[in-house]
Amino acid sequence: MADFWIILTGTLVAATCGVLGCFLVLRKMAMVGDAISHSVLPGIAIAFLISNSRDSILMLAGAAVLGLITVFLIQSLQNGGLQSDASIGIVFTALFAIGVILISRNAAHIDLDLDCVLFGEIAYVQWDTLIINGYDMGPAAVWLLGGTLLLVLVVIGLFYKQFKLCAFDPALAAAVGIPVALFHYLLMGLVSLSTVASFESVGAILVVGMLIVPASTAYLLTDRLSVMLLYSVLIGAVSSAGGYYAAKWLDASIAGSMITVAGLLFVLAFVFSPLHGLVARYQKRRSLKAASA
Amino acid sequence: MGSLLLGLGSGVIGSFTFLRKQSLLGDALAHAALPGICIAFMLTGVKSIGLFMLGAIVSGMLATFGIHAITRYSRIKQDAALGIVLSVFFGIGVVMMTKIQHSGNGNQSGLDKYMFGQAASMMLSDVYLVGIVSLILIAVCTLLFKEFKLVSFDPGFARGMGIKVGLFEQLLLLMTVIAVVVGIQAVGVVLVAALLITPAVAARYWTYALGVMIVLAGVFGALSGVTGTLISGTLSNLPTGPVTVLAATSLFLVSVVFAPGRGLASKLLRRIRQRNEVRRGFETVVMDGERAVISNRAHAAERSGD
Repeated sequence: MADFWIILTGTLVAATCGVLGCFLVLRKMAMVGDAISHSVLPGIAIAFLISNSRDSILMLAGAAVLGLITVFLIQSLQNGGLQSDASIGIVFTALFAIGVILISRNAAHIDLDLDCVLFGEIAYVQWDTLIINGYDMGPAAVWLLGGTLLLVLVVIGLFYKQFKLCAFDPALAAAVGIPVALFHYLLMGLVSLSTVASFESVGAILVVGMLIVPASTAYLLTDRLSVMLLYSVLIGAVSSAGGYYAAKWLDASIAGSMITVAGLLFVLAFVFSPLHGLVARYQKRRSLKAASA
Repeated sequence: MGSLLLGLGSGVIGSFTFLRKQSLLGDALAHAALPGICIAFMLTGVKSIGLFMLGAIVSGMLATFGIHAITRYSRIKQDAALGIVLSVFFGIGVVMMTKIQHSGNGNQSGLDKYMFGQAASMMLSDVYLVGIVSLILIAVCTLLFKEFKLVSFDPGFARGMGIKVGLFEQLLLLMTVIAVVVGIQAVGVVLVAALLITPAVAARYWTYALGVMIVLAGVFGALSGVTGTLISGTLSNLPTGPVTVLAATSLFLVSVVFAPGRGLASKLLRRIRQRNEVRRGFETVVMDGERAVISNRAHAAERSGD
């Protein structure tokens, strides 16, 4: 049963991040995802200090607020004429530093482990169960992640057309009258929500891998957004299942193995993708040369 | 003292990476160094900073090569390539680290110090190593200042001048890797990017000349290194890295607000002055206009009087 819950948790993380990751990769904002996943840390810490419990709802709220603040700060630094990557770097390191200080200053009377925040402990998922009226409803993390996934799917499903247009052609989207800024912040809010929902299981740093790696792999395999979303979720699920068994075999960190498997899948797609892989490119070039000769 | 030299060195290198629009490369390299450190430990079984640095440099170079290959041979953009390399290398590193921990080797306890850095508890020999490496970095930068400057601003022109651009780019990259690896000692994997980026950006607000900017960035870096170490040494339970980063960030904020020319305060002043000028100008225009209207009326009256 433990296997099942762990893989299910991993798959839920992968699905949530995979869907959002596609939009991040398309909008060339992959590193913003990285920044958000680091900078939600003070939000989590503050929510923890206020409530003194691992109350998930409050943590989600705190982290979502911090995520939006991050995006806002990056945006305003950029508007002040700074390069985007430099502004990302400044904002997330500063916020992460604040988070680490908050946690380690209060480490004595907090049971929030820094290592746990950074690497996650997906192996303990099945012991932290949600009990309603005495019934064991399964791991709490699964419910939390399932809810987040549902929210993400509903929002993306409702505004699929708008998100798509904003991802590919923001200028046209603005001209057609879509509130681009609103959708930008909506997407970022969703990213920070899912980052927090998954940090307990895969850790803040590896969330970024789940956001970017499956989505980029899918990006190499197809040219259609809907297919890309599907592939991204599938690849995420495969890497979480594969990662779990690899971790069992190696006796190592589960979250780390999941990302490693995802990386392997990416390398495979990079070399063998029928559309954009190295082999396909090489063959195309050869056939062109043969045609011209 | 070690953190002073470290801050100085990474500030100087950071100016070049910032100008070449590769700020986040430092972040990716820092994460990518983890598997190298782990492999060095697994192969030798000893904790020696020199060996760790060697491993980290090798895996850092591999990572830059990976980023380059992904952006060059597929349609994935630079930011996603950075993210992929960063997270995958880090994932591999985490797998190796947990593997080492589970293998029950009692000597491993120091490895996780690399996450947040422990400048305060560095040994004297480590301080010497860090100091010497930083000094070498600074020396190379001053010696090859002209070449680096040209390569950073205008690679095409540099090639025309007969400078081996590829060579210097590789050298700059290697130096970035070294600066990152050394920086990990003091502030840890996650925050080392700040040492490269923040002082350089803060310095950029004060000047337009590269030489001045580099010196300023070095000074800012050194300042934040020293304050960070001092504060975290006096207060208990404060890791060095985050305090150093916050010191650098506050320097950055001061620069954003007060820097002459590009700062918020001077922009505001300039705007007020301009508004006053425009208003004065507008008043003269209005007065001219009124005069013109009056003279027109006078003309019209003369004409109608005829």
